[in-house]
Amino acid sequence: MREAVVSLRNVSFQYENQSSYALQNVTFDIFEGEWLAIVGHNGSGKSTMAKLLNGLQFPQSGEISVCGIQLNEESIWDIRKKLGMVFQNPDNQFVGTTVQDDVAFGLENHGVPRNDMIFRVEDSLKKVNMDQFLNQEPHHLSGGQKQRVAIAGVLALRPSIIILDEATSMLDPKGRGEVLETVRTLKNEKSLTVISITHDLEEAAKADRIIVMNQGEVYREGTPEDIFSMDDELVRLGLDIPFSIKMSNAFRQKGIDLSKHYLSEEELVNELWTFRSKI
Amino acid sequence: MDISLQNIEYRYQANTPFERLAIKDVSINIPTGTYMALIGHTGSGKSTVLQHLNALLLPTEGSVIIGSQEIKAKQKNKNLRMIRQKVGIVFQFPEHQLFEETVEKDIIFGPMNFGVSENEAKERARLALKQVGLAEEILEKSPFDLSGGQMRRVAIAGVLAMEPDCLVLDEPTAGLDPRGRKEIMDMFYSLHKKRNLSTILVTHSMEDAARYADQIVIMQQGHVVKQGTPVEIFSSVTELVEMGLDVPEVVRFQRMLEEKLGLKLERTYLSIEELSAAVAELLRGAPV
Repeated sequence: MREAVVSLRNVSFQYENQSSYALQNVTFDIFEGEWLAIVGHNGSGKSTMAKLLNGLQFPQSGEISVCGIQLNEESIWDIRKKLGMVFQNPDNQFVGTTVQDDVAFGLENHGVPRNDMIFRVEDSLKKVNMDQFLNQEPHHLSGGQKQRVAIAGVLALRPSIIILDEATSMLDPKGRGEVLETVRTLKNEKSLTVISITHDLEEAAKADRIIVMNQGEVYREGTPEDIFSMDDELVRLGLDIPFSIKMSNAFRQKGIDLSKHYLSEEELVNELWTFRSKI
Repeated sequence: MDISLQNIEYRYQANTPFERLAIKDVSINIPTGTYMALIGHTGSGKSTVLQHLNALLLPTEGSVIIGSQEIKAKQKNKNLRMIRQKVGIVFQFPEHQLFEETVEKDIIFGPMNFGVSENEAKERARLALKQVGLAEEILEKSPFDLSGGQMRRVAIAGVLAMEPDCLVLDEPTAGLDPRGRKEIMDMFYSLHKKRNLSTILVTHSMEDAARYADQIVIMQQGHVVKQGTPVEIFSSVTELVEMGLDVPEVVRFQRMLEEKLGLKLERTYLSIEELSAAVAELLRGAPV
C-alpha cells in the first residue's frame, strides 16, 4: 500500500464576496513519489487547491494533511519546508536583485550555512540551465528564463513535494521540456512527489495519475488512459484531447479501423503501418 | 497599415557598462492585412522587436516605418503618440495592467487618453466587450472581482477599444484553458479579417502559428534567421529542431509516419483533417 503524502478530506473553500464555492467537498490522496497532474478549465478550482496546500488560504471546512501533519496556522511553517511551490508568473515571485540572490533568498530564510548555500545555488541553477546567468538582474531575463530561476529557488530548498502551478505555461517548447525533465529526474532520484497543475495535456499524458476538476469539484480521476478516453467529454469541460487521439479519431472517420481507443503517437504510427502491410 | 523594420539594432542600456545587444540587423516587412507569427527561443529578441512596433523602444540603429511615419535611430522622434494609437499591443498577462475601479473605466481609459469623447469611448467599450465574449453587465464591476480569464478579456477589450490598425499580440493566451485559448485566437483572427488589420503574433505555439499566420518569422540570438509561409517553414523540420524549436504536432506526426512507411507524402500538411485524408487515401489506394 502506497503512503499518502497529502490527503484532502471534504475540503471546501469560498473566496470572500463570491457567491459560489471555489472548491466544494474535495477529497483525494496524493501518494509518495507520484506525478499527479491536476487539470481543469480556468476557474475550476485548481489554483485554489494549490493555495490551500501551501497554507496561503485555509479551507472553511474539511481537513488537509501533508506528510502526516494536519495543516493549520501553527503547522504551516513546517509544512512549507516540505512543499515547494512554483507559480505561473515569475514576476510575482522574484525577490532577489540578481539571479543568484534570488535563489539564495529561500536558503537564507531557512538558515542554510553559507558554503552549502553557494553550492546549492549553483547546483540548482545548473539543473535549470541558468548557471551562466548568476549575476544577471531579473528584469533583463525573459519570462521563461525567470521561471527557470524560480524553479531553481524551489529546488534549492530540497522539498519533498513540489507543486507546479502552471509553472511551464510561459516557457518555449525546449525550455518546457528541460524544466519538466529536470523535475522528472529529481522526482526519480529523490522520490520527490510532483503535483502539476496544468493546461498542457501532453504533459498530463505523461503523469502517473490525472485529476480532472470541474466547477470546484473533482470530476474524474484516473490514469492518463482512463482520462483521455473521455474524449469529447473533456472538450465539453473546456479542456482538450491529446493530439494522438484527435488524429486517431480523424482516421476512424475516414474508415481506417484502429484497434483501440487510446494510442500514443508511436502506437498509432505502428498501427497504420500494419494497416498498410495488410492491403 | 504597412509596417517595416529596416536593419534595426537595439542595445539595452547603450553607452553604459551594462550595455547588452538584444537584436541586430533585423529587417521585417509587414504589409497591411498580413498575419505574421514571430517565433523563436526564449531570449531570442522577439519581445525587443515587438516593442519597436509601437515605438516603446527606439532603435539604436536602422529605422522603423509605421504607416506614414518613420522612426530613425539617433534622431529626435516626434509624434510617437499617433503611432501608439494605431498600433495596439496586447502584452503578456495584460490583466496585470488593469487598474481602474470599474471595467468600463478601464476600457475607456485608452481611447479617452487619445482624445475620444466619453460617450464614444463608452460605445466602443460595449462593442469591445462583446467582441471578447463578455456580457455588458460586468461594465460596472471592479475588474479585480473577475476571474483570471475574464480579466484577460477585459484587458484585451481595452486594446480593441482603441480601434488600432495593427494588433501586436505577445503570447495572448498564455495561462488560459484550451477552450479560452481557442475562443480568443479565433476572435483575433476574425477581427483581423474583418478590419483588414496587420497582426503580429509572438508565440511559442507552433500550432497557432501554423493555423493563423500567413507569414512566419523565426528569430534566433537577436537575428532573423528564417522567414516564409507556414508550409515553407514547417517543411524543414530538421532545421527547426536544430534551432531548439518545435514543429506542429501534425507535422511531427507526418514525419514519423513517413519514416515508418518508408515514403514521402506529396507535401507538408498543417491540419489533422488534411493529413488524415491524405494518409487514408494512400492506405486505401496503395498498391502492395
